[in-house]
Amino acid sequence: MGDAVIEVHGLTKTYSTGATEVHALRGIDLTIHRGELVAIMGSSGSGKSTLMNLLGCLDTPTSGTYELDGVRVDGLGKNELAAIRNQKLGFVFQGFNLLARTTAVENVELPLLYDRGGKKRDPRKLAVAALERVGLGQRLDHQPSELSGGQQQRVAIARALVTEPALVLADEPTGNLDTKTTIEVMALFQELNTQGITIVLVTHEPDVAAYATRVVEIRDGHIRRDEPVANRRKAAEDLLHVEEDAA
Amino acid sequence: MKTTVLIKLATASIRKNKMRATLTMLGIIIGVAAVIVMVAVGYGARTRIRAQINNLGTNMIVITPGAAQTAGVSQGAQAFANLSLDDVDKIRRESQYVAAVSPVVVSRAQVIGPAGNWRSQINGVDVDYQTIRDWPTESGDFFSADDVNATRKVAVLGATVAANLFPDQDPVGQEVQIRNVPFRIAGVLSKKGQTATGTDSDDIVLMPYTTARATLSGRVFIPQILASTTNEQDIPAAQQELTELMRETHRLAGNDPNDFTVRNQNDLAQAAESSTRVMTLLLAAIASISLLVGGIGIMNIMLVSVTERTREIGIRLAIGARGSDVLTQFLVESIVMGVFGGLIGLIVGFSGAKILGHFTGWETVISPIVMIIAVGFSGAVGVFFGYYPARKAAALDPIQALRYE
Ligand SMILES: Nc1ncnc2c1ncn2[C@@H]1O[C@H](COP(=O)(O)OP(=O)(O)OP(=O)(O)O)[C@@H](O)[C@H]1O
Ligand SMILES: [Mg+2]
Repeated sequence: MGDAVIEVHGLTKTYSTGATEVHALRGIDLTIHRGELVAIMGSSGSGKSTLMNLLGCLDTPTSGTYELDGVRVDGLGKNELAAIRNQKLGFVFQGFNLLARTTAVENVELPLLYDRGGKKRDPRKLAVAALERVGLGQRLDHQPSELSGGQQQRVAIARALVTEPALVLADEPTGNLDTKTTIEVMALFQELNTQGITIVLVTHEPDVAAYATRVVEIRDGHIRRDEPVANRRKAAEDLLHVEEDAA
Repeated sequence: MKTTVLIKLATASIRKNKMRATLTMLGIIIGVAAVIVMVAVGYGARTRIRAQINNLGTNMIVITPGAAQTAGVSQGAQAFANLSLDDVDKIRRESQYVAAVSPVVVSRAQVIGPAGNWRSQINGVDVDYQTIRDWPTESGDFFSADDVNATRKVAVLGATVAANLFPDQDPVGQEVQIRNVPFRIAGVLSKKGQTATGTDSDDIVLMPYTTARATLSGRVFIPQILASTTNEQDIPAAQQELTELMRETHRLAGNDPNDFTVRNQNDLAQAAESSTRVMTLLLAAIASISLLVGGIGIMNIMLVSVTERTREIGIRLAIGARGSDVLTQFLVESIVMGVFGGLIGLIVGFSGAKILGHFTGWETVISPIVMIIAVGFSGAVGVFFGYYPARKAAALDPIQALRYE
C-alpha cells in the first residue's frame, strides 16, 4: 500500500441544538491509503454522513486532527476549505445533485470553473474526456431530465473525477438506484479504483460493500469493525450474470 | 471565475425564466423610459422657448405696468394704466445704456383691404421698435420719425396680414381702412413665426403711436414700453437705470414698491419655461418611483431565486465555489437584469420621445451622456437591491443547502 490519503486521529463531532447535545462522532481514528476502495457501513444515525462531511471538508470537526493528502485540514478557513474541496476532492451524492437544465458537459465543467489554481486548462476538453471515461461520450449535451438515474450518477462521477482529485467521496451513491444500475455504478467505481483513484463510499447494503477492498463499520460514533474484504466480488462479472438472467 | 463566464451564467439563468425576468424588469424599463422622455422633451421644449424668446428681439428690455408677481399673487398688471409717454421721453433723454426705446399702444381692429377684411392686432409704436425687435421689412420701408411726429396715417403690415389682404399683389403703396380711416402701406415685415405662447407674431399691423392714439379711440394708455441696449453686457445696468428713471417719473419715495416691472428676455424665457418644469417634475417623479419599485422587484425575485436554488448553491459550494463566487454570481444576475431593463427602457424612452416630438412638433434631443447615466443607474439599482439576496446566498451552509428539498 502507498502513502496515506486520509489520516484522522480522535475526530469528534458534537451537534448542539438548543439544550441537547448530539455526539455524532465520539473519536474516530482512521487511515486510508492511496488506491483503496473503502466502504463505510453502519445503521441509520450512526454518524456515517457526519464522517463523510468532515472527510469532505464540508464541515469542521469539534476536535481531533485530519490530514488530507499530506495537508492539515482541521482549523482551515472557509475559503481554504473551498479550495481543498475543489482541488483534492470529488463528491458523489445519493441524489446525484446535478444542476437542472444544464447539459452533462456543463455540469462536469463546473468544478474547473471554480479552480483558482491558475492552471491553463480547457474545461470543455477535460469534461468531455471525463464523460467518455464513465461511458457517456454519446450524451454530452443531454440535460439531467433526459438521462436515467444511472446515467445521471455517471455524470456526477465524471464531475467528481474531472479535477483529478486525491479522493472521491460518495455518500450512498447507489441509494436511489435499482440492483442492475447499482452493479453498473459499482463496476465503474472498481474500474476507476484499479486506475489508482482512492474512493470512500457509504452504503447500507452488504452486497455493495462486497465490491470494496475494505469495510469500516461505525456504530454510535465509534469504529466497530475495520477489516479487508475477504471474498471481494468483481462487479463487471456480476453484471454479466445479471444480463444473462434477464435474457 | 472569469467575468465572461459569470455574465454567461447570469444571462443563462435569466433566460430560463424569461417571463419572470421581463416582469421584474418592467419597473426599471418604465423608470428609464420616463427619464429619457423627460430629458428629451425638457431639452426640446427649452431650446424651442429660447429660440422664440430670442426671436422677440435683440437685447430687449420690457417694461410693464404694475409690480411683478409676488408670492404667486398677481398684482393685476393691466389694471394700472400708469405707463406714460413721459416715461418714454425721460428714458430717451436721460438713459446712458438704452440705445432704443419705444412705447407700444395695443389695440385690435378690423383691417379692410381691397380683397377683403382681416381682424388683427394693431400696435402703435415708435421707429425704434424696428431696431428693438430686430425686424426688417420684406418690401417697402418702415415708417419714419417724421411720420411719427406728423401723426401720418401710415402702416406697416405683418406677413400674415399682408398675405390675407393682398393675396396676389404687393401691398406697398396701397391703402387699407382701419376704423374707417385710410392708411397708406409703407412696408411689409418679414416673417417671424410663432411666439413662445403659440400666437402668430406676423398677425400684426404697426403704425406710429401718435397716429394710433389719435385715430384708435378708447385705448390710449400704454401697456408696454420696449427698450434695448447695444450689447448684452449692458442689460443689467440698463435695467437698473430704467428702474431708477421710472421711479423718478412715478414720484416714488424711498421705500415705495415699484408700480411697474422691468424684465429682460432671460426673465421672459424663465417664465415661459416654468410651465414645462411642471411636466418635467411629473416625469421625474414617475421615473424615481418606477426605479424604486423596479429595484424592490429585483430584490424580491432574487430572494425567491435564492430560495429556489438553495440546492444549486449547495452543489456549487461542495465542488469548491467560495462564498464570494456565489455572491458574485447572484449580484451579476441582478446587475444584468438592471442593465438589460435599462437598455430596454432606453429603447422605449427613445421611441416615446420621438413619437411625442412628432405630435408636439418639439425637437427632442437625446444625449449619449443621458443614455450612459440611465443604463449605469439601472445597473446600480441592480447592485443595490441585489446585494442583500446575494449575501444571503453566499452565507448558506453547504451541508444544509445540499439537504434542502
Ligand atoms: N445538523 C445536525 N444537527 C443536529 N444533529 C445532527 C445534524 N446532522 C446529524 N445529526 C445527528 O447526528 C447523528 C448522526 O447523523 P448522520 O447523518 O451522520 O447519520 P448516518 O449514519 O448518515 O445515517 P443514515 O444512514 O440515516 O444516513 C444523528 O443522530 C443525527 O440526528
Ligand atoms: Mg447518511
